[in-house]
Amino acid sequence: MSALDLLQIALFLGLLIVCTPLLGGYMHRVFDGERTFLTPVLRPVERFLYRLSGVGMKKEQNWKGYAVALLLFNALGFLFLFLLQLVQGALPLNPEKLPGVEPFLAFNTATSFVTNTNWQAYAGETTLSRLSQMLGLGVQNFLSAATGIAALLAMARGLARKSATTVGNFWVDMTRATLYVLLPLSLALAIVLVSQGVVQNFNPDVKATTLAGETQILPQGPAASQIAIKQLGTNGGGYFNTNSAHPYENPTPLSNFLEMLALLLIPAALTYTYGRMVGSSRQGWVLFAAMMVMMIVLLAVMLLSEFTPNPVVGAAGSMEGKETRIGVANSVLWASATTSVSNGAVNSMHSSLSPLAGGVTMLNMMLGEVIFGGVGSGLYGMLVFVILTVFIAGLMVGRTPEYLGKKIEAREVQMATLAVLLPAASILLFTALASAIDAGLSSRLSAGPHGFSEILYAYTSTTANNGSAFAGLNGNTPFYNITLGLALWIGRLGVILPALAIAGSMAGKTVVPVSSGTFPTDQPLFAGMLIAVILIVGALTFFPALSLGPIVEHLLMTAGRGM
Amino acid sequence: MLKQLRPALVMLALLTLLTGVVYPLVVTGIAQLIFPAQANGSLLGDPDQPTGSALLGQANDDSRYFWPRPSATGYTTLPSGASNLAPTSATLAEQAMQRANDFRAAHGLPTGVKVPVEMRFASGSGLDPHISPDAARMQASRVADARGLNEAQVLDLVDAHVEGPQLGILGEPRVNVLLLNLALDRLQ
Repeated sequence: MSALDLLQIALFLGLLIVCTPLLGGYMHRVFDGERTFLTPVLRPVERFLYRLSGVGMKKEQNWKGYAVALLLFNALGFLFLFLLQLVQGALPLNPEKLPGVEPFLAFNTATSFVTNTNWQAYAGETTLSRLSQMLGLGVQNFLSAATGIAALLAMARGLARKSATTVGNFWVDMTRATLYVLLPLSLALAIVLVSQGVVQNFNPDVKATTLAGETQILPQGPAASQIAIKQLGTNGGGYFNTNSAHPYENPTPLSNFLEMLALLLIPAALTYTYGRMVGSSRQGWVLFAAMMVMMIVLLAVMLLSEFTPNPVVGAAGSMEGKETRIGVANSVLWASATTSVSNGAVNSMHSSLSPLAGGVTMLNMMLGEVIFGGVGSGLYGMLVFVILTVFIAGLMVGRTPEYLGKKIEAREVQMATLAVLLPAASILLFTALASAIDAGLSSRLSAGPHGFSEILYAYTSTTANNGSAFAGLNGNTPFYNITLGLALWIGRLGVILPALAIAGSMAGKTVVPVSSGTFPTDQPLFAGMLIAVILIVGALTFFPALSLGPIVEHLLMTAGRGM
Repeated sequence: MLKQLRPALVMLALLTLLTGVVYPLVVTGIAQLIFPAQANGSLLGDPDQPTGSALLGQANDDSRYFWPRPSATGYTTLPSGASNLAPTSATLAEQAMQRANDFRAAHGLPTGVKVPVEMRFASGSGLDPHISPDAARMQASRVADARGLNEAQVLDLVDAHVEGPQLGILGEPRVNVLLLNLALDRLQ
């Protein structure tokens, strides 16, 4: 670990802090319907979309109407993407003549993109046609991200409003997120990525004759446009199989830096947007600070682990699964960022990280993807923990818990508990199932604790809607395509629906005046309490599973025992 | 529910058109206009029969050339891939030791010499185009011998191909193996 490594990490985190109020403030204006510098260009497009689809811009929905719209939109998106993959063989823009995708894999991939996960059971360059990538995966990269932002906006309104029945209009929120936030940022990032060498064309693959006289096929396609949104929308599904480790997907240190910044940008900025929406920037900054502290501490653990000598393979800072241009420190920083945020794009192979660094990537996801988390989904997940925290704080001092002046009652706590328990159950029960039957065990690459980690990582990643993998596991089997697909839905809907229900019940409440018994939620003490609740819930739930995987592997490694 | 069906269908269709057709076409148009070489794969040599891409590594074990990193997939591109071996894998430990021994043997280095870490471990993409400047310098005498060149001349060429951190601070110092090898061929 060099001074230059530390400088790059500091620059990265510093830039993230600077961008948060800038982008966060812009998004606040956009979602409030105020004028921004893009309004002259985009407002006509927006109105046109509403007119054709019969959406009233000012007409709001209650939480159930909002949830129905969201579910319907996602269901149709899933159906379209599923069918598109099945019939891609008969459709244009398929220069490599790839056949239709087999149904189990198509189900898994469609689910994974609609839920903003992008688990890669497929290998982009050998499974999907240009058309399927563009019209299928690329589109859901935008729409699943916009869906996440919309759900967060509904939750924020539910918390901010008094005695209200509605939480916003899903169609308007989703459209604005796509038009004003995701599209312009993606366009700018895509062009910069092309300047660094990311391919963007509709050419067939190029046949090269190497210096050694062999044939090498150079895969082509519209990659940059898709890579930009897969980073910004916290999707993470690579155009190429090895994702952002592939030199065509991430060619230079600069492209690496920008892709890494892009994956944290919107989730971080949304904390500021949230603060503005509930009328106090401090409320947003407190959440930002809690997220940042957790990220930095866990990143430090990862760096320490990765740079500690590994007696089994005889190296400190092993380069297995890492790229020379990116190096060890930037691989670890990315691994931390991509699992804190539920992005799941990788620039190194997580399976080959040192045991504790790999373990922290899992822990990041197990904590509920709330350390920034997915676009929208990270923050509404965090708000679920906020509700649990004020509830626990209320129990400690024997007062009715309040948040933003509103009483937290049985229904909100029930819903919050549901949103924490469902994903935890999905991760642990599916892992137990796969570890007990042959269909699950036979897919492992590694023996010993690492083989268990491969399975645990898979269900953690899909439930947390992350999408990265300990890719030694062969996930492209009917058993895994189906069970991981179910984990994807549980992880997405099991949090989004309780969050919307909380929004609905909170919106209808009146505000009680602040008293001496009110626990202020815009102070460092609250951030500390929040972190404690997240860590305690996460540790209690997952420590036994982590002990069987990364922790025991670390101990064996320290003793020099290979497997 | 039915009331929402129309916006769901129409919005999906229109936004699919916008984000799935218009957006990638606009990016392609701009990219082809201002960065055509990069957008088309950074190809080297004759565009109809390229030698490769400046960004993708290729397999080479000819003693007249610099060698790239080990690749779990042997530098195949369809699909790209890594070993995904565990940090405690006995296979990985054995591979790393074998690669170090082979490297030392091929370059006449004594047993105690440390082989650069990226030459002992396979890359993430299986297509890593770079090695560290040290790994290139250690190969210079072998390449010079095989080509009947002066070692100092080859070392100069290596130094000319060392790329420092981008913008002075990002990434690691590195040498692009294919570009270096092409320059070697031009030397003679």
